[in-house]
Amino acid sequence: MSTQEIRFSGFGGQGIIRCALITGKALSLYDDKFATMTQAFGPEARGSACAAQLVVSDERVLYPYITHPGVLVALSQEAYDKYYGELPKGGILIVEEDLVKLRGEHLDLRLMRVPATRFAEELGNRLFTNLVALGFFTAVTNVVTADAMKKALPGLVPERFLKINIKAFDKGYEHGIQMISKNTRGDAS
Amino acid sequence: MKTVPADPKGVDSGPHFMDGDHALAEGALAAGCRFFAGYPITPSTEAAERFAERAPEVGAMFIQMEDELASIAALIGAAWAGQKCMTVTCGPGFSLMTENLGLACMTETPMVIANVQRGGPSTGLPTLTAQQDMMQARYGPHGDNMIIALCPDSPQECFDLTVEAFNLSEFYRVPVIILTDETVGHMHEKVVIPPADQIKVVPRNNYNGPKEDCRPYKFDSKGGHPMVRAGDGYNFHITGLTHNEKGYPVMTADQNKIVVTHLMEKINSNTDQIIRLDEDQIDGADVVVVSYGITSRIAVKAIQDARKEGIKVGSLRMITIWPFCEKRIRELSGKVKAFVVPEINYGQMVLEVERCAAGRSKVISVNHCGGAVHDPDVILDAIRKANQ
Repeated sequence: MSTQEIRFSGFGGQGIIRCALITGKALSLYDDKFATMTQAFGPEARGSACAAQLVVSDERVLYPYITHPGVLVALSQEAYDKYYGELPKGGILIVEEDLVKLRGEHLDLRLMRVPATRFAEELGNRLFTNLVALGFFTAVTNVVTADAMKKALPGLVPERFLKINIKAFDKGYEHGIQMISKNTRGDAS
Repeated sequence: MKTVPADPKGVDSGPHFMDGDHALAEGALAAGCRFFAGYPITPSTEAAERFAERAPEVGAMFIQMEDELASIAALIGAAWAGQKCMTVTCGPGFSLMTENLGLACMTETPMVIANVQRGGPSTGLPTLTAQQDMMQARYGPHGDNMIIALCPDSPQECFDLTVEAFNLSEFYRVPVIILTDETVGHMHEKVVIPPADQIKVVPRNNYNGPKEDCRPYKFDSKGGHPMVRAGDGYNFHITGLTHNEKGYPVMTADQNKIVVTHLMEKINSNTDQIIRLDEDQIDGADVVVVSYGITSRIAVKAIQDARKEGIKVGSLRMITIWPFCEKRIRELSGKVKAFVVPEINYGQMVLEVERCAAGRSKVISVNHCGGAVHDPDVILDAIRKANQ
C-alpha cells in the first residue's frame, strides 16, 4: 500500500466523524502509518449528510484531501447515492444493509453489506452502529489492524461504554471475516 | 534567549491524533500561557474550546469576551499583569483586533495571536481555507511597526510553532502571529507532544531591581528586556503615545525616531536569529518554489512530479513569514532562473519575492482566490513554465 483514500459517510448522529477519528488515530498511533483526516465544515455538513475522509500512506501525506477514494463506507441512502459513483473499478463499497437500497448490482466493485444498525440494536443501542461498521470495515479492507483500532478507542468513546463498543466492533469484525471466508457480498443475508 | 523546561502542568505529553486548532491550544499551554481571551469564529473556534476545556486542570484562565476588540485589549492587560497570553481568530476578527495590535506593538506587549485564515474579503468563506491575511498581519496597524509571524504546515507544527511563537514574543516583547489556515486548523494528524523537560520555554522576565532604576522600555534595537509587572510596586506608565523609557509621553520627532527605530530594528537587525526556513535541493536548482503553510505541502507534490521530468527544482518553505527572508531571496536571485510562488491569495508574498529578486530572476505567481488548496498540477505547470 502506498496511499489509500477512504470516505466514511452517513447521516448526522451515526458517528461518522468518530469513525474517521478512530481509524486515523489507530493508523497513525498504533499501526505506524501516516493518516490525515478531513471533514466538511460547510452548510453541506449540517442536516442529513455527513462525511469524513482519510488519506492513509506509508509516507507523509502531502495533499490532505481525497481525490480518488478507494473505499466508501456509506451508512445512509443519501450518502450512498451521493458518493458511490466516485469509486473506481475494484473499489470497496461498504453499505448499511438495511438502510441502503442499492441502485444496481455494482459488479465492478467489491460490495460488502453489513446490518450495522440491527447488530447494534441487538447489543442494546443503535448508538453502537458506527463501531459495528468499523469492525466490519477493519475485517474486509485490511487498511488497519483490529488491535490498533481497539487501542484507539479510549478517549474517543465514553469510558463507561468502552467494553460495549469493543463488543460492537468485534461483532462487525466477525461478520466481516465470515463474509470473506464465505466469499459473499452479503446479498443473501 | 534564556530558556527553562516547560511547566509539566500544561504539557499533555505523548502521541495524539489531533487537529491543528487543538494543537495551537496545546502549544500555548505547553509554552506557559495561562490566559486566553477570545471570541469564537470559524475556523478557529476549536482552539478556544480546547483551551477552555483544559484551563481548569492546568490552572489557566479562559474568558470569552464580547468581541475581538475586547479580546486583544484583555491580552494587553493580562500581559502587563504578568501572564503569557493568547487569542485565536480569523480574518473578520483579526480586522477588529488590528487597532489594539498596533497598541501592543507600540507598548511592546508580548502576546500570541493565531489567525486561522479563511476565505475573504469580509465574512467571505467561513468554513473554507485561504492565506489572504499575509499582508494584513504585517501592515494592518497604522504607523511603522514590525511583528513576527509564523506559518505552520501541519497540526504538529501548530504545536511546535506556538511554543516558538511564545518564546519569540517573550524575548522580543512583540506580538507574534501564527498565520495558519482552515485546512491545517481542521485537519487531524498525528501530533507528538514531547515530555515537559524537553520543551524549552522563555520564561516571563519581570523587573525586580530598585524602584528608581525601573524602566519598562529600553530603546536599543535588542530583545531580552524585562517587563514590569503591574502590582509589583513600581511606578511606570504604558501608553500608545510616543514615550520615553519610563513610558511617559514625549511627543517629539526626535523621540519618535528613537522609538520607531527600536520597534523596527529589534526585529529587522535580528533576522538571523528569528527566521527559520526549510530548504530542499536549492543548490544547483534552476527553479525554486517559495511557499508557506498548507500550500508548501501541495507544492512538494508538484516539485516531486517536476523532478521526475528532470527539472532541477528546489523548495524554500518559509516557516517564518515575517520578517521576510529577504537575505536568502537576494542571495538566490540571479542564480536561479525563476521563483515560483504559489499561495492561496491573489498574490501577496509574491510581491516580497519580486522586490528581493529585483529583476535578476523571473518570479511567477501561482495565485488562488481561496476556498480550496491548489491543484498540484497547476503548480507543476508553473514550474515547467519557469524552467523554459
